[in-house]
This record gives sequence, structure tokens and C-alpha cells, in this order.
Amino acid sequence: MLADNDRIFTNLYGQHDWRLAGARSRGDWDGTKDLILKGRDWIVNEVKASGLRGRGGAGFPTGLKWSFMPKTSDKPRYLVVNADESEPGTCKDRDILRFDPHKLVEGCLLAGVGMNATACYIYVRGEFYNEGLHLQTAVEEAYEAGLIGKNACDSGFDYDIYVHRGAGAYICGEEMALLESLEGRKGQPRLKPPFPAGVGLYGCPTTVNNVESIAVTPTIMRRGAPWFAGIGRPKNEGTKVFCISGHVEKPCNVEEAMGIPLKELIEKHAGGVRGGWDNLLAIIPGGASVPVLPKEICDTVLMDFDALREVKSGLGTAAVIVMDKSTDIIKAIARLSQFYKHESCGQCTPCREGTGWLWRVMERMVKGNASVAEIDMLLEVSCEIEGHTICALGDAAAWPVQGLIRHFRPEMERRIAAYRQQAVQAAE
Amino acid sequence: MPKLTINGIAVEVPNGATVLQACQLAGVEVPHFCFHERLAIAGNCRMCLVEQEKAPKPIAACAMPAADNMVILTESERARKARKGVMEFLLINHPLDCPICDQGGECDLQDQAMAYGFDRGRYLENKRAVKDKDFGPLVETSMNRCIHCTRCVRFIGDVAGVADLGGIGRGENMEIDTFVGKALESELSGNIIDLCPVGALTSKPYAFAARPWELRKTESVDVLDAVGSNIRIDSRGPAVLRILPRLHEDVNEEWISDKTRFAVDGLAKRRLDKPYLRRAGKLVEASWQDAFNLIATRLNGVAGSKIAAIAGDLADAEAMMALKDLMAALGSSNIDCRQDGAALDPSNRAGYLFNTTIAGIEQADACVLIGTNPRVEAAIMNARLRKRWLQGGFRVAAFGPKLDLTFPVTSLGAGPEGFADRAREFLKDAKNPMIVVGQGALRRKDGAAILAAARDLADGVGAVREGWNGFNVLHLAAARVGGLDLGFVPGSGGRDVAGILAGAEKGEIDFVYLLGADEIDMNHLGRAFVVYQGSHGDAGAARADVVLPGAAYTEKDATYVNTEGRVQLARRAVFPPGEAREDWSILRALSGVVGKILPYDSLAALRAQMAKTYPTFLGVDHVPQAAWGPFGKSGALDPAPFVYPVADFYRTDMISRASPTMAECAAVKSASSQPKTGTHG
Repeated sequence: MLADNDRIFTNLYGQHDWRLAGARSRGDWDGTKDLILKGRDWIVNEVKASGLRGRGGAGFPTGLKWSFMPKTSDKPRYLVVNADESEPGTCKDRDILRFDPHKLVEGCLLAGVGMNATACYIYVRGEFYNEGLHLQTAVEEAYEAGLIGKNACDSGFDYDIYVHRGAGAYICGEEMALLESLEGRKGQPRLKPPFPAGVGLYGCPTTVNNVESIAVTPTIMRRGAPWFAGIGRPKNEGTKVFCISGHVEKPCNVEEAMGIPLKELIEKHAGGVRGGWDNLLAIIPGGASVPVLPKEICDTVLMDFDALREVKSGLGTAAVIVMDKSTDIIKAIARLSQFYKHESCGQCTPCREGTGWLWRVMERMVKGNASVAEIDMLLEVSCEIEGHTICALGDAAAWPVQGLIRHFRPEMERRIAAYRQQAVQAAE
Repeated sequence: MPKLTINGIAVEVPNGATVLQACQLAGVEVPHFCFHERLAIAGNCRMCLVEQEKAPKPIAACAMPAADNMVILTESERARKARKGVMEFLLINHPLDCPICDQGGECDLQDQAMAYGFDRGRYLENKRAVKDKDFGPLVETSMNRCIHCTRCVRFIGDVAGVADLGGIGRGENMEIDTFVGKALESELSGNIIDLCPVGALTSKPYAFAARPWELRKTESVDVLDAVGSNIRIDSRGPAVLRILPRLHEDVNEEWISDKTRFAVDGLAKRRLDKPYLRRAGKLVEASWQDAFNLIATRLNGVAGSKIAAIAGDLADAEAMMALKDLMAALGSSNIDCRQDGAALDPSNRAGYLFNTTIAGIEQADACVLIGTNPRVEAAIMNARLRKRWLQGGFRVAAFGPKLDLTFPVTSLGAGPEGFADRAREFLKDAKNPMIVVGQGALRRKDGAAILAAARDLADGVGAVREGWNGFNVLHLAAARVGGLDLGFVPGSGGRDVAGILAGAEKGEIDFVYLLGADEIDMNHLGRAFVVYQGSHGDAGAARADVVLPGAAYTEKDATYVNTEGRVQLARRAVFPPGEAREDWSILRALSGVVGKILPYDSLAALRAQMAKTYPTFLGVDHVPQAAWGPFGKSGALDPAPFVYPVADFYRTDMISRASPTMAECAAVKSASSQPKTGTHG
């Protein structure tokens, strides 16, 4: 279990003052000038050495991403912070914005130095109304205190931060759609390449990072990369905010070390599964987009990128959705299919047409009004979506269904048989 | 120059090429829907997915830049599977209405489904139903068929330059719409019919008229403006059913304007199919012989100075040459092809051509428009100006009332006030400046002075030098440059159009021959005997004493010269209706009756004679740079504002005026330009 003095988000539960004075008392904005003056390369190397991987879901090494920004450029360079947290089950960024906004603002400044950015845009999910207000207040406080803006922290570095509100589309959390939306267009992912580090916001070099990725960097720089790298497992270092929801006694957000066993995470922090661990049916370990895991795997699996990939799931946003045996797992996944059908942007064919197809078949599967062969067809259709789309939403729509078929096929067949039987009886 | 391997074939492609283009170079077909080489890359149909060795996922060939050492497989199991999957997705919500779909037979989806699709469907759910949209009188929609490739959206937004079309809704509820349910307000909207790979956007006037395999295809050129767009005429039996663009990189690329495409129904309306004579104030049908005899009688003994001829806007070069020769034989030098009285100076070819050429626009970096609205006068030209503007580093300014050309235009004044200084100031830093003089400037009383001032400006800003001529005249009529090249202008002591009309009014001109000339004020023809030769019953035929039925541009082999000075050949797709004949042959026959036999018996002989006398006609589809020299007549400029010559894009000539479709378009356009009252709709 993570020691209290290793926690980065010391106000995750909002007991303390979230404003500048409170943040300063928790160590934020302490010696920021010195960190800035250590220079761009030092910052990037420190983040690289810490092993920090992107906290938005894909787990791309953050320091490496920063190093893609051009060393010299005539154009403005931008840092864009993705605060469009909409992944079902996830609410970590929300609490960071609410209770620790200064960690993010300071992180934006230091990351900006690290990638030699000229300005930062924070794209806040439209539904996060109060969270957006907190963030805006924090930004204004930082301006007033001279921490950002012209000559930020008296370091000679000029840096502006803008808070922008989205309109509540899930797809706008995809980095390229986010940039489109930020530019004022319909939120539809752009093609890659070109990657945003070359051609991003307004055609300028841009890096898009998750809120949590940025918010942890000041602490990493202050306490040193070895400290962060010493937590967790190799290649999966550091701490992570987990969001535990569903059928647990005490749903919560908690910062823990990467690689903590799933069972320990739930039993220690969420009061255990409702009705005891044996009442567990399945867990979605990383937000709605990743495949579901049955109890047998949950018994032993570790919560980090690589361990979950080994069991054909993923850490995603680390939103742990717990389902006990009272859950209709087919219906639960069908609901996710409906979500993806609703949130598909409609730009590219497999996702636009496929998500609706998956959902409709899933709805029939819930009732059992299908044939067994259609389970295979469902799997095939999901594979036709996966990897064939512009962005990852297609994959995200396919994976829950694939996870369901992989682990709960007998349940689906049972449902179909029962429906058949009922039909036969009704006919008699 | 990246080198890569496609299905084992090594190819070297130009920098910036995509994998799809590399595949095409290697002769490997990659199916695609959303990709179009003249539109921005969207990469959304996913049909062009191919396998790239070592890549985790299949890549979209249309969007992926070709890079060194790439190994691309288009027929691997993975590529095949991805393509089949995409095809299945495209078809699940596509209606199975091919038998009643106008795209049938020329449908990309149909063809590719045959080649790359499953042989059966697995989709058991209900298909999506989408409400059809109203895009105006030209484009029919059947939105159930839409596959959301967004070619139409990209064309209307980027090429046509109006923000009229877009995608609304998300996911499977995404629809292509005009947002507020209005007609597309673009002069190029018809091109989205060609671009649509399925039958979602089809031609409204051509709906359910024919199947593509029933049509005879004739390659020709358009004459409804002076651009000379290359077209394909699709006809069945005696009727021209539709007109499609034909690729010509230097002229129209692969676009045509709505007038070019849709005025085609005017070819079957108000046609003159028999000779007519005026008896007791009324036109009555007659035979060719009677008509010719009457003309011969009326010409008998009339002095050449009392005879005149005016050539109209659609006249072909052969007919103008025959008419010119006939007039010369009759001793008349009162001929003119400038119906509108524009101060075009025939003495120097560079003085009446679009010297920069249409393709040359892409090299220009600044442009001054003088009394011209290219958006309605030459929509294709305007698209090229916009294309140049989109590439960046191109400034446009205009003398004339405020304009919406789909790109920003700096106004330098409504009239020519301060012309020389303002234009020089605007162009002074340009490397390749362009000056475009429109007919709105040349038609004025001070037209010759404006022409001279524009010429001085061109000299002053270095717009004319070896390899670059930035002086341009934008014509409206397909016949004009040909007429000027042939010298269809008053000979020494001859009268121009204004002189002919004044003379006729005063009784000094007794005989006027109108070769398709409808745009003059017929009230000024006084008591003169008027012969009208042309294809349509328009203003000229209504005034004429003898009507000779001629052929429209789809009905004759004829030569036209576009505003650049490009000689192009129109070809006969169908025969002229009834007793109508090709125009040059009417004049040749008439010459026999009046006893002044023209020295050519066939079109070939006429063309040989034409090329001999006027060598510019030798080089078909060839634009040599015209020699620079003096033209125009210096004088004072009238500060009055310019008046643009085309008020109604859809109705500018006898064919488009006869077209019901064009009339409908004009009505929709004028309704939408009415001020909204608040209680409106």
C-alpha cells in the first residue's frame, strides 16, 4: 500500500482549501522558478526518467511525447490539456480540477517549459461546470500572483493558460477531435499522420496530455525521478488515481501505487465487493473501453498497463467498475454498446455503421432473441471495427463486446436457449 | 523521391505522394470512395485500407504519405478482410434500390461491391431511414443511399467556396445537409452529382431519363460562357440528355458550371426547325428556297454600304468566316461581332485575350479585377482564382460594386476613379501581377480609355515580360475571341454595332443579317429588312423578316476560341431538328442564290481556307503567347460606378433563356435574395 507521504494528490477528497493559499501550504508552487531555470532538457529528461506513462488511457511515455516537440519553430507551440474526462466510470480528473487545480496549473507551466510551448489550452468537459469554475479561479489566482503570464514565476518565461469549455461530446476527448473542437469545428478526429507534435492546434506544433499526467509532473520534478520510478513495477512506475465504482461497499477515488493487485485495491480502499469477494461476477478494470474480466482473473491480476494487457484487457483510465453476481452482464455490456453508438462521431465507416449494428445485436442478445451463430458473427463484426477506424473509439466499442464473448459466452448461449424454450412453450 | 514496394513491385514516387498514388503508379488497384484527387483528403470511408508490413493496424492508403522502404500489401489476408468488412458496413444501411436508382450503371458502390463485397448480407436489423433534403432545383437527394464520404461537403466548402453544406448529427445519425434547408447557392453545385460515388445526389432534371449504357457520348466544348469548358454530351436518339465535364487540366479541370450542365433542356425548347418568312406582319413557315429567294430579291440592287451583319454570342468561327466572306462579296464592310458594343480592340491579339491563361492564374500573386464579376461571368475561372487564393500569397482587388467571389476582395472603388494610382499601389510589390478587364468596363462609353489605362497599368507594374503576361480580358461570349480573330469587325469606313443600329433607325441601312444575334436592341432596327439565322426563337427571330433555322452547339462540328485564345472543336452529338442546318452550310447555300458563291464546298475546305487566312486557327487546343503591342485609346475616365454585365447567371443566352431548369434556378435565386421580413417562412 502506498505510504501517505508518497501521495501526490494530498487533497483528493477536498478536505482542505483548494485555492492558492491552500495549495501552497501543501507544497505546490514551491521553488517553481528554480525548476523552470533548470531548463527544458532537464525537465524532459526528469519526466522521461520517472517512467511516467500517459494517464489518459493509452499509456504512452509522457517524457518521450514531450521530446517530439520541435526544438526550434517559427510558429507558436501549444500544450493542450485534455480535461474532457468522459470515460464511463472515470472521475479522477474531475477531483483534480475540483480540489487540486493548482497542481494542474503548475504542471501546465512546467510542461510548457519542457516543450518550449508558448501557450496552454485546457479543454474542460462541458458538464464539469463547477470544476471549470475552480480551474478558472486557480488560473486567475496564478496570474495575479505572477506565477503564469508574462515572466512567469519571475523566470523570464512568458506563458499563458486558457481554459476552454467543451460541449459534452465523448469523442472530443480524443486528442485530434479535441483539437478540431478547440478550433471551433465539429469534433471529429483528424487523420494521423501528421501527428500533433508537427501539425496540431491551428496547424502549429502541439502536445495533448491528460490532466493527471500533467498534474503529477511538478511533484516528480520536486521529489526527483528516482522517487517516482521507485514506486510500482518496472515500465509501470509511479502512482495512479484509481476510480472504484459499482458494486462495492464504498465507491471512491484513491491514489495508489501502480501494480497493486486488483483484489487488494478493492478490499483495502472500497470496503470490498458487496456481499464479499465471492459474490464478484466481473470487473471492468479501466473504464468502459476495455474488455471485462471475470472473477478468476480478478483474483490475481495486478493493476498496471502491462499486467492487464497480458490478460487481454487494459488499464485505460484505471476506472474500476465492479459488478457482483446480481448483474445482468449481457445487459451491462449492451448498455456500453449503446453508449458507443451514441458517441460515435459518424465520420468513418466501420465505427458509424458498426457501433449501431453491435448495439442492436446486443439488445437481442439481452433477451436471447438470437441464434448461437450470431455470437460468432458479433465477434467477427467487432473485429471488423477494431483497428479499422481513424481514432480509437472503434476499438473502444469493440473491446467490451469481445470481452463479453471471451468470458461469458456460456451465459449468452444459456440466454438464447432459454428464449427458445420460452418461445416453444408459448407456442404449445 | 521515396522508394517503396507494393505487392512486390518496386516503385519510386514523387515526394508528398500518398500510398494510394504509389499503388496507382504500380498499377495496383485500391478501391476507395472518399478519396478524390482534387479534394482535401478525408480518409473516412476506410475502403482503401491496405496492409503495411510491421504496422500494427491496416493503414488508409489515401491518407498515408509514402515513405522510403515501406512494404505495402494490398491483397494480403488482412487487407482483404479489412476491405470486406468496410464494404459490409457500407452496405448494411444502404438500400437495395439499385433498379430504381439513377446512379445504376455508373455507381462506385455497385462496382466495388461486386469486386470486393460479400455475396450475402448478415445484417438482420432494420435499415436506417434518412429524410431526403431539398438542395434546390438541380440536385436531387436520396439520403438513404448516402455513405457519408463527404466529397460533396468538401467540394462545396473548398472548391465552390460556399459554406452551404455540412454534416449534422453524430454517429449513425450523421446526415449531410444544408443546415437550414435552403437551396445550394453555388454556380458549381452540379459537380457534387458527379462526385457522389453513390446515388444519394443525382441530377434532378435528368431524373429517371436514361441509363448510362443507352447513351452516346460525344466529346465537345461548352459555349455558354467564354471559358470553353470541355464537356461530354450524352445523347440518345435525337435528344441531348445531359452534359458532363470532361477533364482538361488547363481549362476546367474536371468541373463545369451549373449553366453548362443544366441548360441542356433549353436545346429542345423554342427551337427554330423551319425557315420562316414575315407575311402581313406574321411569321409563316416557308421552304428554304422561298426564304433564299426572298433574301436574294431584297439584296438585289442594294448598295454594299446599306448592308450590315452582326454576329451573336454563340456563333461558331466557321459561320462567322462564311458570313464575313459573303458580306465582303456583297461589298459591305458593316460587320461586327461585338453585340454589346464593347471597346475591344481587334488590332492587337494580346489586347483582347486572357493572356495569363486559366492555368496561369496559379502562378499569379496579385490580381486586379476591373468591372468584372468572374463568379457569374465565368464560374470556372472564379474557382481557379479561389484555388489560387487557397494556396496562399494571393491578393485580389476589384474596381466595381461590392462582390462576393468566395474569397476576400479588396475594393478599390466602385468606378474607375483614381484607377491608375490605386491599382499601381496594389500591384507594386507583386512578382506576377494580373489585371483582368471585364466587359462591364469595356461596354461603357469610356471603354477604350479604360482598356488603354489598363494597358498602361500592365506596362507600369511589369505585368508583361518574357514568359508572363498579366493583362487579361475576360469575355462573356464563346464567339467573341473567334470573331475578333477572324476580323469580324467593321472594315475601313464600316459601321460598328452602334453605327449599324443608328443607320437602320435613320434608314441608311436597308438590310441586316443577324447571325444568332439576340442581345441588341431590336427596336433600333427601324425599317431595315432583317434576316435572322440561329437556333432559337429569341429576340432576333421575333424581329426578323426571314428566319433561317441554324444548329445549336451540340448539333454541329464547329470551332470556338475561348477567352484565353484557345482554339477548340465542338463536335456534333445529334442532328439539328427539322430542317435546321449547320450554320456555315446555310451561308454557303445562300451565297449561291445571291450569286456570290463562296469558295468552299465542305467544312474541310472552309477550315483549310480559315487556317490559311487566319493562322491562329491552325493550332487546336494550343495557346501561344500573343505579341504585346499598343491598343485602346487614351482618354478621360468617367467616374460613374461600373455595372456588372451579368445580372442573372442562369440566363445569359438564347439556350439558357429557353431552359426551364435555368428559369427555375433563377426564380429560386431571386426568391432567396429577397429581404427576409421576419414573418417569412
